[in-house]
Amino acid sequence: MSRRLVLRLIQAILVLFVLSFVVYGLIGLMPGDPIDMMAAGSPTMTAADVAQLKAVYGVGQPLLPRYLHWLRAALSGDLGFSRLTGLPVIRTLGPPLGHTLALMLTSLVVAQIFALPLGMIAALRERRPLDHGLNFVAFATMSLPTFWLALVLIMIFAVGLRWLPASGVETPGGGGLIDRIHHLVLPVAALAVASFGHYLRYMRAAMIGALRADWVRTARAKGASWTRVAIHHTLRNALVPVVTVLGLDFGTLFSGVVVTETVFGYPGMGKLIYDAVAGNDYNLAIAALMLATATTLVGSILADLAYAALDPRVRFA
Amino acid sequence: MGWRRRIGGLLVALAVAVGGTTLPQTARAAHDTLTIGISQFPSNFNPLINSMVAKAYALGMVVRPFTTFDKDWKAVCMLCTELPTMENGKAVAETQPDGKPGVAITYTIRPDAKWGDGTPVTTDDVVFTWNVGKDPKSGVNNGEAFRRIRAIDVKDAQTFTLHVNKLTFDYNLINDFQVLPAHLEKKAFEDPAEYKNRSLYETDTTNPGLYYGPYRITQVERGQFIVFEPNPTWWGAKPHFQKVVIKAVEATPALEANLLSGGVDMIAGEVGFTLDAALAFETRKRPEWTVIYKPGLSFEQLSPNLDNPILADKRVRQALLYGLDRATLIQQVFQGKQIVADTMVNPLDWCYDANVKKYPYDPAKAAALLDEAGWKAGADGERLNAAGKPLAIELMTTAGNRNREVTELVVQQAWKRLGINVTLRNQPARTFFGETVLKHAFPDFAMFAWFSAPENVPREILYSDMVPTAANNFSGENSGGYRNPEMDKLLDAIEVELDKTKRGVLWKQFQELFAEDLPMLPITYRSDPFVLPTWLKGVEPTGHQYPTTLWIENWRAEE
Repeated sequence: MSRRLVLRLIQAILVLFVLSFVVYGLIGLMPGDPIDMMAAGSPTMTAADVAQLKAVYGVGQPLLPRYLHWLRAALSGDLGFSRLTGLPVIRTLGPPLGHTLALMLTSLVVAQIFALPLGMIAALRERRPLDHGLNFVAFATMSLPTFWLALVLIMIFAVGLRWLPASGVETPGGGGLIDRIHHLVLPVAALAVASFGHYLRYMRAAMIGALRADWVRTARAKGASWTRVAIHHTLRNALVPVVTVLGLDFGTLFSGVVVTETVFGYPGMGKLIYDAVAGNDYNLAIAALMLATATTLVGSILADLAYAALDPRVRFA
Repeated sequence: MGWRRRIGGLLVALAVAVGGTTLPQTARAAHDTLTIGISQFPSNFNPLINSMVAKAYALGMVVRPFTTFDKDWKAVCMLCTELPTMENGKAVAETQPDGKPGVAITYTIRPDAKWGDGTPVTTDDVVFTWNVGKDPKSGVNNGEAFRRIRAIDVKDAQTFTLHVNKLTFDYNLINDFQVLPAHLEKKAFEDPAEYKNRSLYETDTTNPGLYYGPYRITQVERGQFIVFEPNPTWWGAKPHFQKVVIKAVEATPALEANLLSGGVDMIAGEVGFTLDAALAFETRKRPEWTVIYKPGLSFEQLSPNLDNPILADKRVRQALLYGLDRATLIQQVFQGKQIVADTMVNPLDWCYDANVKKYPYDPAKAAALLDEAGWKAGADGERLNAAGKPLAIELMTTAGNRNREVTELVVQQAWKRLGINVTLRNQPARTFFGETVLKHAFPDFAMFAWFSAPENVPREILYSDMVPTAANNFSGENSGGYRNPEMDKLLDAIEVELDKTKRGVLWKQFQELFAEDLPMLPITYRSDPFVLPTWLKGVEPTGHQYPTTLWIENWRAEE
């Protein structure tokens, strides 16, 4: 198993190398650059200023030498400075990473707390009114555009009732854990509602499949209750496909919530990656995207490990 | 009963939200904190590196330029004691060592100006700033303004003379000369190429010694907010607010929600609501806020590609402008909150010529001009040339800019009525500006805005040698390809004419030529919407790129 794990890690590192070049190249292929955008908004900048700035920031140099220069520095642990913030990339990544982790992990946990048991219940009550009701709720939440849902939540709880803040991570000058939790409630609710339906459906489908297995019929024939069968005999099996989805969703922890972050003014990784790519901030964009890629790869390896833990028949061979 | 009350509350809130009105804002006991909503977070804080409106807005509270334009677009001193002029003897024309005319300008720093750590602002800072600004490696965005300064003579700790290599009418304006604290920043500048990364403005943003305005920055959460508190070393009137917070919320609906929920008190006009968002907000009829629309220097226009033989004919350009009802467009789409543009000179600028040739909506005149240019209307009304080729125009602008997209549709309809087939092809801003406009690569028309300064000479935009080409590595912003030696001569003459009366005559000629040639079709001058709480007084929108925050010490709360 450890050999297999090492192979998976080597494979992941190779994927990271290839992707780093692809990402670098794709950013380089985008037309225009931020210096031109800056010049358009600044009436006093001259053509000489524009040329000078392009030279300072290396805009317009050939892609390959730039990439190799970056790679050499990155391999020695220097990820460089962010062009947009003027700060070291590591320092620029830190706060958004923390914000996103808090937001995404909380919303993921909240979604699972509701989706997994309800998915199980729906499967146990397959084609009965409760199952239909839960399916309806699942499809409804899946169909809601997150942007719209976020705005509705803001309008109700921030504008109308004034129970919760409309945006941000903390109150300026205030702060504190409770204040941060207060700020997390609405974005977490929006994201959890958006993903709840998907997980409920995955869980329901996996559970229905598991409940039709021979050993379930055997267990029932031996007199085990539905609850006992569901929890002790089928849940672990049903969790295998759900874990796969969770593993693959891991990558979106860092990059998939741009809309939610924008609506809630929540400075997380999604927004950071978007700004870095749009602003030709190579160092920041590549570091953030590599982080997202690495997370997806790690998620996939963790999912493999989880299979083995959940199903003794699965072994790395 | 509790749950029923909660559900009732929810429904009321939802109804209120859908209905466009909300519960009344809770009255605040004391307004000692002002929270300002903006739609963009400053990317950095060094005053010389990377220009952006959000940063200028934030820095307006903490630093002051030597000179700027006030709300009446008059040049004023902020960090200096008196604006140097030829008349007061503080500016003297001189001949440079190479024999060309230059100017020596003497400024005196306010003697009471101190950095937030108590260190006086001195000529050491001025010389240091000049060294940073002119160094090609430092990444200063307006380096040319510093490189124009040939030498600096220091008289004492407060007085210095700049020797500038060109004598232009705005010789005494050094608006972009934002002084840096030498006592703190010298170390960061030891390696000029690394200065932009090592500057204390980025690495120690809350250091009080970096600021000398009425406020200083005391907390920064990047991407979220900036907290300002009064600077004890500020020389001027004591600011009213004990704390000012700038909160960045990019999405317009979320920005509005913040305003309605009390998350922010006001929305900055410079970098807040778009015009359509402000107009929509006004329909809520909320008495707690006033919306002020300040016409500014953002000049929305249609740039024709003048290398296209159809548009090279000025009769066609004139016809197209006569065929566009801009007054109705402004009234219907922007509820009269913008102003019709006649030329590149804003009606609020002193040099504006009210008698310049206008292009009121006149479809008959437009049709006659098109006929004259050889584009006759066929049986179905379509305009064709002698060879039977239909008159077709492609219009491009920035995708996602709602105001422009609506304007574009109005233009399309208006020109269609003249018998012209207009197609629309929009691109994301980055592609549009970074490729299409920059490389002069639009086939017919590109619609975008030019942002200028008061009495700005549009050399980069209209001079013949400023047409971006592959040969000049696409430098210059004359993206329409306008080339007219008469215009070049005028631009040259305006730049160096010191006599205001004579310059006024030249500006008049400039406007006449512009209105006749139409190197671009002027549409509107955009307005910035300021959403201010009724209790906030003293905010005076400027309409130019120097923000209202430069006078924040005059802002106060009055019930």
